[in-house]
Amino acid sequence: MTANRILVVDDDLHIRRLLESALVRAGYVPIEATTAAEALEQAKNGAPDAILLDLGLPDRDGLEIVTLLRQRCPAPIIILSARESTDQKVAALDLGAHDYVTKPFDSEEVLARLRATLRARIEAQGASPIVLAGTVTIDLANREVRRDGKEVHLTRKEFEVLSQLALHPGRVVTHQRVLAAAWPHEIDRRIDYLRIVVRNLRQKLEADPSRPALIINELGVGYRLMADN
Amino acid sequence: MTQRDRPPPEAFLRAAAQEGRGKLKIFLGAAPGVGKTFEMLSQGMARSKAGVDVIVGIVETHGRTETEALTRGLEILPRRAIDHQGHMLTEMDLDELLARRPQLALVDELAHTNAAGSRHPKRYQDVEELLDAGIDVYSTVNIQHIESLNDVVASFTRVRVRETVPDTILDQAEIEVVDIPPAELIERLKEGKVYLPQEATRALGHFFSQSNLSALRELALRRAAQAVDAQMLDHVRANALGGTWAGSERIVVAVSEIAGSTGLVRAAKRIADALHAPWTAVHVETARTRQLGPDEHQRIAAVLALATQLGGQVATVPASTVTQGLKAFLLDARATQLIVGKSVRSRLFEMRHGSVVDRLVRETPGVAVHVLPFEEESPSGIGRAQLPSSTMSPWGAPSGYLWTFAWVVAVTLIGSGLFHILDLGNVGMLYLVPVMAAASLFGLRTGLFAGLASSLAYNFFFLPPTGTLTISNPENIISIFVLLGVAFVTSQLTSHVRVQADLAAASARTNAALAGYLRHLTSLKDPAEVAHAACVEIARLLSLRVVMLEQGSAGLSIKASSHAGPNLETMEMAAAQWVTDTGQPAGRGTGTLTASDWRFQPVQAGDRILAVLGLAQEDGRDPVRSDQLPLLGSLIDQTALALERLRLESEMRDIDAMQERERLRSALLSSVSHDLRTPLTSVLAAAGELRRKYPDPLLDTLEGEATRLNRFVANLLDMARVEAGALKLHLEPVDLTDAVSAAVHDTRRSLDGHPIELNVAPDLPLVMVDPQLFHHCLLNLFDNAGRYGDPGTAIIVHAKRTIDGLVLSVIDCGMGLPAGREAEVFETFRRLEGSDRSASGTGLGLAIVKGFAEAMGMTVKSQNRDDGHGACFSIDFPERLLVRPPEETLDI
Repeated sequence: MTANRILVVDDDLHIRRLLESALVRAGYVPIEATTAAEALEQAKNGAPDAILLDLGLPDRDGLEIVTLLRQRCPAPIIILSARESTDQKVAALDLGAHDYVTKPFDSEEVLARLRATLRARIEAQGASPIVLAGTVTIDLANREVRRDGKEVHLTRKEFEVLSQLALHPGRVVTHQRVLAAAWPHEIDRRIDYLRIVVRNLRQKLEADPSRPALIINELGVGYRLMADN
Repeated sequence: MTQRDRPPPEAFLRAAAQEGRGKLKIFLGAAPGVGKTFEMLSQGMARSKAGVDVIVGIVETHGRTETEALTRGLEILPRRAIDHQGHMLTEMDLDELLARRPQLALVDELAHTNAAGSRHPKRYQDVEELLDAGIDVYSTVNIQHIESLNDVVASFTRVRVRETVPDTILDQAEIEVVDIPPAELIERLKEGKVYLPQEATRALGHFFSQSNLSALRELALRRAAQAVDAQMLDHVRANALGGTWAGSERIVVAVSEIAGSTGLVRAAKRIADALHAPWTAVHVETARTRQLGPDEHQRIAAVLALATQLGGQVATVPASTVTQGLKAFLLDARATQLIVGKSVRSRLFEMRHGSVVDRLVRETPGVAVHVLPFEEESPSGIGRAQLPSSTMSPWGAPSGYLWTFAWVVAVTLIGSGLFHILDLGNVGMLYLVPVMAAASLFGLRTGLFAGLASSLAYNFFFLPPTGTLTISNPENIISIFVLLGVAFVTSQLTSHVRVQADLAAASARTNAALAGYLRHLTSLKDPAEVAHAACVEIARLLSLRVVMLEQGSAGLSIKASSHAGPNLETMEMAAAQWVTDTGQPAGRGTGTLTASDWRFQPVQAGDRILAVLGLAQEDGRDPVRSDQLPLLGSLIDQTALALERLRLESEMRDIDAMQERERLRSALLSSVSHDLRTPLTSVLAAAGELRRKYPDPLLDTLEGEATRLNRFVANLLDMARVEAGALKLHLEPVDLTDAVSAAVHDTRRSLDGHPIELNVAPDLPLVMVDPQLFHHCLLNLFDNAGRYGDPGTAIIVHAKRTIDGLVLSVIDCGMGLPAGREAEVFETFRRLEGSDRSASGTGLGLAIVKGFAEAMGMTVKSQNRDDGHGACFSIDFPERLLVRPPEETLDI
């Protein structure tokens, strides 16, 4: 298997260097771009397998580039963004970005996201419908959830929510996306319904429901199922 | 409810104004001696016994023993002594009474005129001030002292009373008529129970006849009934009971400088009262009135003042003729009734000019015209047909006659020179030149003189037989009449034109003065300059001395003046202060503090009194003539506008400066945010990356400190957001479990060595917060607990329901907070000293917790643990921030 090519788009030299250093350590091949124009050029001709994208580029609006990159190549995009800009993250995810990492970031975190994203890409081509997360097994095809090998009874809503997260293991799924899938007929998608369902899921699946390790909340953005790699 | 039925706003206003005001009760009598004072004291005594705080403000017992006996049970206010030209007079001590603040004050003889030097000229004004202060007042008055009945009483008693009380006072009072039959009163009078004996005999003949007393008694009863009527009407209006009233009548009374105008005003008031109609006194300003002397202007001002006092409106209308002015005003005011005085002009004058009344009746259809005789004010009175002391004699200037004579001589010489080429008639035409010139330049009489002189010269020098004044040919007599006729017509036409021109010129002068003043003020940039310019210009335009005073922190002081070294006495400063406090004019020519030479006018914009303008004449006369008041008003308004404009401009500059500061601040913030955090991101990531490659404790330090620096920058930004008061909240329902575990995750490195005990019940309601802001609150609380807790001790996070909400506490285990100063920790940059809490930190964290939490509607609290080993910080969520989703959606 050839090494994955990762396109790093950031105008800051030091960040680029760091990311490249981490990518090389993990066995990826980094390609770099410092402007939106270069990024679009590389996306077209460089055949990247994934893109790390800083939204604060000097020559183009960040969200616009997400759309343009999505049009030019199928590589999944991971956004690098400041903690405060929750709205920007959600918007980027809605436009087709796969995940995000909050600045200041830890390189291990970036690599973990990258792994999850790349795996999802492989699974999408012929994915097994079974997701493993710690002691929990989620069989999407048979709508079956087991914890320590024992079947756990979930309500329909609970399964809908969990399966939405399990479809994108290790990646963040926005609140709106889960709500749209699990409550397709509700007009005002109420986050409080979702919060209570997630709370019930944690009661049934987490080792310590007050310290969630399986279903992680991303502030103001969505939930992430911490699946095994 | 239709528009018509709705009560007029004034009714509400009047009712509102009466809230909190004292109540006035008037004991109304037909004549002295009916027992008003006795009745007032009796009722006062009864109220006093009922526990009301009653004081006798002033009572005249006239030596009556029964009355005196009654005052003994009541507290009596000591009188104030006033030295008036060597005589010691005593008056009611108003200030003492106001300071004493009784619930009810008894004030005898409402119509009394105060001694000079008192605050108000009239006692009823004292009473008004007492009422304004919320003190109830009982008072007494006789019917002949009522302003609008003054003429009526005088007409049958032949005694005109000088001391009068405006009807407006009665209209707001409860009236009780004190009545005894006339025969009994005369009996009491004879027994000497009324006045002191020597006065009684004199009074008896003039006044106390059976018929007079009967008439007065009827008047008193009628007036009281009318007051009840008016109050009922107010009540009906305020409550919109749907009663009908003659709301459509509007009365206008035309006044002039003629002495009887005051009688017309009083008559108007009576008619208006009877019809419950609004009324206006109007004075038409024509070229003639501009030529009136100061005495006449004074009289007009007095008549208009009387109208105001009687509750009417006043207006001054400029026009070229009285008829035109009145006609226009009647139309504007939609008047239905007009009251005018019967002309005092001669029959001849009316035949020549036509009667004003006739014309009015003809030209104002739909208006009822009342023609009343001008009644003289006093028997000795001012002459009726007194000629106005005009500045221009009707005879014209003597130089005019000389010029005319010279022209006639010149025409005669020219005529005789040309006689051989002209015929007789054409020579006669030549004489038209001096006649027309004289008539148009010097007026009617000089013109007639020219006509006469011309015809004599024509006759003597040219008409056969020449050299004599006899005329042989009767046709030539016509020539002479033509000359005289031309003189008459020309002078009439020119004088009419001149009047118009004068009016236009006067109006143009006023406008030019105003425009010039306005231009001058607009160019000024500083309030002090405006004040000075206002003083100088108003002084120049009205020939006055002018000062401007302004209220500063140290009281009222002179800001500018037209003349050097203005010197205001204490009394004048008091008047100016009154103007500042009330917004009403005071001083000479007004109703308040009239003893001063100065008149003080407020300079106000809207309800704000910007300054006070003081006006005085050099020689102590009344500062402002009635015809100057409109100009003065305009000048003051312009001054107020200029001052207000400068004030607004200065405010705008302040706002601009503030906005500029805000802009710089947010620019600085965003630059700090970007410029500091970008390198920090690199440093942090680099440290983490290096630590993995080369494990070294120094790299741990590097990463730890960089993390701390990053938190510090974040805190600085957060604090700036709190202090700017510009937090944008994105509230959403949050599960406390999520919030707490995210904060635990983010502080896992800095809290190394502090195990976290979570005690958050799984079934707590969700809370409505901004997730980011709340996250920062928790980060700072955890950070704080980690810093001040003893190493290795647990941090306890505790959340539970309370009766009216939910409380989340973060508890550390350490020294705790200094006793008594637990609450101070939430202040910016507060790091409590005097304890061992000397760990590193900026002191910003807890201030941010407080700022964010309060912005989201929560409250924060800090206290020591009950066992004293550590501190406990809590966030209280009120009930309204808690969210409970409907159950049914969950079990599907």
